Amino acid sequence: MSVGIVMLVHTAFDRAEQVVRHWSAAGCPLVIHADKLVPGKAYDAFVQSVADVPDVRFSKRHRCEWGTWGLVAATQSAANLMLEEFPDVRHVYLASGSCLPLRPVQELIDYLAERPNTDFIESATTADVPWTVGGLDQERFVLRFPFSWRKQKFLFDKYVSLQRFVRFKRKIPNGIVPHMGSQWWCLTRQTLSAILQDPEREVYDRYFKKVWIPDESYFQTLARQYSRQIESRSLTLSKFDYQGKPHIFYDDHLQLLRRSDCFVARKIWPFADRLYEAFLTDQASAMKRTEPNPGKIDRIFAKAVDRRLRGRPGLFMQSRFPSEDRENGLTCAPYSVFQGFTDLFDNFESWLTKTSGARVHGHLFAPKRVEFSEQQTVMNGALSDSAEIRDYNPRAFLVNLIWNTRGERQCFQFGPRDNQEIQIDMAKDPNAQISVVSGAWAVPLFRSNRDFSDIRQEAALLQQIESKHLEILRSQWTRARIRIWTMSEFIEAPMEALQTIVDEIGQQNLRGLAEVPKMADLTGFGQFLQNLKNQGMHPYLMGDFPVEHNLHEPQQSKRKPYLVR
Amino acid sequence: MKLRAYRKHFSLKSVVDRTERIKPGDILLFSTFRNEYTRLPYFMKYYRDLGVSHFLMVDNDSNDSGREYLAEQKDVSLWSTTASYKMARFGVDWLNWLQQKYGHGHWTLVVDPDELFVYPFCDTRPIRALTDWLDVSQIPSFGAMLLDMYPKGRIDTVQYTPGQNPIEIASWFDPGNYTIEQNKFYGNLWIQGGPRARVFFPDAPKKAPALNKIPLVKWDRRYAYVNSTHMLLPRGLNRTYDEWGGEKASGVLLHAKFLREFGEKAAEELTRKQHYSASVEYKAYVENLKDNPELWCKWSEKYINWRQLEILGLMSKGNWA
Repeated sequence: MSVGIVMLVHTAFDRAEQVVRHWSAAGCPLVIHADKLVPGKAYDAFVQSVADVPDVRFSKRHRCEWGTWGLVAATQSAANLMLEEFPDVRHVYLASGSCLPLRPVQELIDYLAERPNTDFIESATTADVPWTVGGLDQERFVLRFPFSWRKQKFLFDKYVSLQRFVRFKRKIPNGIVPHMGSQWWCLTRQTLSAILQDPEREVYDRYFKKVWIPDESYFQTLARQYSRQIESRSLTLSKFDYQGKPHIFYDDHLQLLRRSDCFVARKIWPFADRLYEAFLTDQASAMKRTEPNPGKIDRIFAKAVDRRLRGRPGLFMQSRFPSEDRENGLTCAPYSVFQGFTDLFDNFESWLTKTSGARVHGHLFAPKRVEFSEQQTVMNGALSDSAEIRDYNPRAFLVNLIWNTRGERQCFQFGPRDNQEIQIDMAKDPNAQISVVSGAWAVPLFRSNRDFSDIRQEAALLQQIESKHLEILRSQWTRARIRIWTMSEFIEAPMEALQTIVDEIGQQNLRGLAEVPKMADLTGFGQFLQNLKNQGMHPYLMGDFPVEHNLHEPQQSKRKPYLVR
Repeated sequence: MKLRAYRKHFSLKSVVDRTERIKPGDILLFSTFRNEYTRLPYFMKYYRDLGVSHFLMVDNDSNDSGREYLAEQKDVSLWSTTASYKMARFGVDWLNWLQQKYGHGHWTLVVDPDELFVYPFCDTRPIRALTDWLDVSQIPSFGAMLLDMYPKGRIDTVQYTPGQNPIEIASWFDPGNYTIEQNKFYGNLWIQGGPRARVFFPDAPKKAPALNKIPLVKWDRRYAYVNSTHMLLPRGLNRTYDEWGGEKASGVLLHAKFLREFGEKAAEELTRKQHYSASVEYKAYVENLKDNPELWCKWSEKYINWRQLEILGLMSKGNWA
């Protein structure tokens, strides 16, 4: 009889009774504290239900509200009773009604017997713990907290701000250093009795009564005064989420708990029948069968908190709808946008597909329909090629496409003939890689067989749209990776430009470009631009083109070195 | 809203009232139905297995044997009405009144007979695990988007037999073509898309039906649904989503609407004109289904389980682990 259990109970009495019997069967005496808020009838029934269990005592009842002194007072009374009634007890283990012993109790007893002078209590200074709730770490020890955080939130907050405003600071008695940690500890008789019988206890109690969440700091601080040997960790596996609420264990955590290698876990969902059955009945086999892997629980709960706080970037859904600029990335993966390339090269799309291995679409924002790759009418995620659906929410369209094709690089064409509504979103998206050959929209006009007055009109319109687009791309808000060439610049050395672009996509092109796309025949393009000028429309986005054509010559010779390599 | 519900409740006649069996803490289900007899057996089984304790059902003038079937079930309280579904704002008024009267302090689930509620861990944890967790986390409402399910091939080929899981037939869905907008006034999200937008409304996506729903609420008599279960008052209940980049927990309502009877039903609903926006939805359905009653496409996804929906990003575990 070396380990005594102090158990704090406020609900799920049938489960508490099961656990009481379990501890007792291994020879552990228990002192139970039931919350004063528990109705008399339920309390009496509970007392009755464990009446036949040996060495069970009930301590004086206190009101236990979360974050208040009541929990400490309850623990004090129960611990006192434990020390008085059971002189053989060497270690006192603080547990709750929803704690579940995972390993055979005898193992715990042996473990503690081997470490007769060690106190197991998580205890760290406020500077060293990241897990405080509400932003109150040091302040919880120097302000007063007379109001309930749950029920009088308004007063609580106001009173905190008032105290901050007047720079109120309480004096910490006797120069003790506040420590914090899990409220579930296991202390030796020596340490515990030293705390409870301290002549200064009055002073400490008065001080801690106004500290916020004293159950996480009272014993944690005072144990530091008396303990001979502190192991700053809790023997109870207890995980907290970002709001400071304990994670709950369910039936499907059975394997996880089996491999946790912990003595006790909390908190268990009262209806988790399989857990209670597995750990309270076939004890011997419960823990032994599998290799311990305590890290896994940490990972799972850390992931859950991350999911709640950061979510999956690039996902917009019913319970993740970040407001603008809080998306943490509009899209989930990098993608490439090409402007002007299909105008300049006849087979750009098929060439890019072959060279980069990415999925290459046509003009996704074309006015008539969404030009998915290979003329598909539906795309990943069952995205429709209807232009109306796309234009109803272009942003959602883009985000969905990139989300649906996770793992496959997306490339698409864009241009001044397309729906421009999406351009700001793309420019702001760090995942976008936008390459523009400005003025290339003139090439299809140049090659078309239309009335020149129509051409002139359309050229003016397209130039206007594109220059606005370039303005956006060059703005200070732009976070996309942008490359802009004027058309004349580009055709000077197209292969260099193409090589950088393909490198950026970063797939299967270690040995340089093996093949080149076929450039449109630009013979007479200079004259075409001159004609536009003569009509009073000044095309300037394509850069300078001399009227006489000798454009193709230097370009041809420049292409050669790449081919040879 | 309350007044409306109060006024409209006079059209409700009690058929069987077993509400005295409702115990504190019970999870209650509220539903209206019309000629859904074939679906009811599976519906009841599905929700009983999840741990719903009592069903409060409103029969809107059925002429099949659904009413008799439900009246015999020990965990059902049944009302009936011959009043207009449309005038009662698509049943919301009736249910608001029943929820106000019987739902106060309970977790209430409002679903149609063709909707199956899926939430994180629903294959291993009963619905009580979810509501207990929501209670502890002080979350009063839980969102579950409507996910339209459809069969592969023409929707009129396979016959549905009562008691069968409709998802066995209608096992496909659109995984990633949903658009979301925020309703600035009520604060809820407005979700559209899926096969109905893709096939029936390619030219007018704005008219496509809303898919956002908040079916699970810790009811208080001050609460009211505004428009079907798409939004609630007070507005805070509509904040089932995170705006800072994180994800709140959410579920999905598998909507097994597109079974074989759907064609006939759509035609009937069109003549009754009891649906939203002059039944524009049903007009579109009837027109489209006449010549090409297929919703399936190459990129449709076959339903496996909730984890699949979680990975696809249609629902989320949030911080529930």
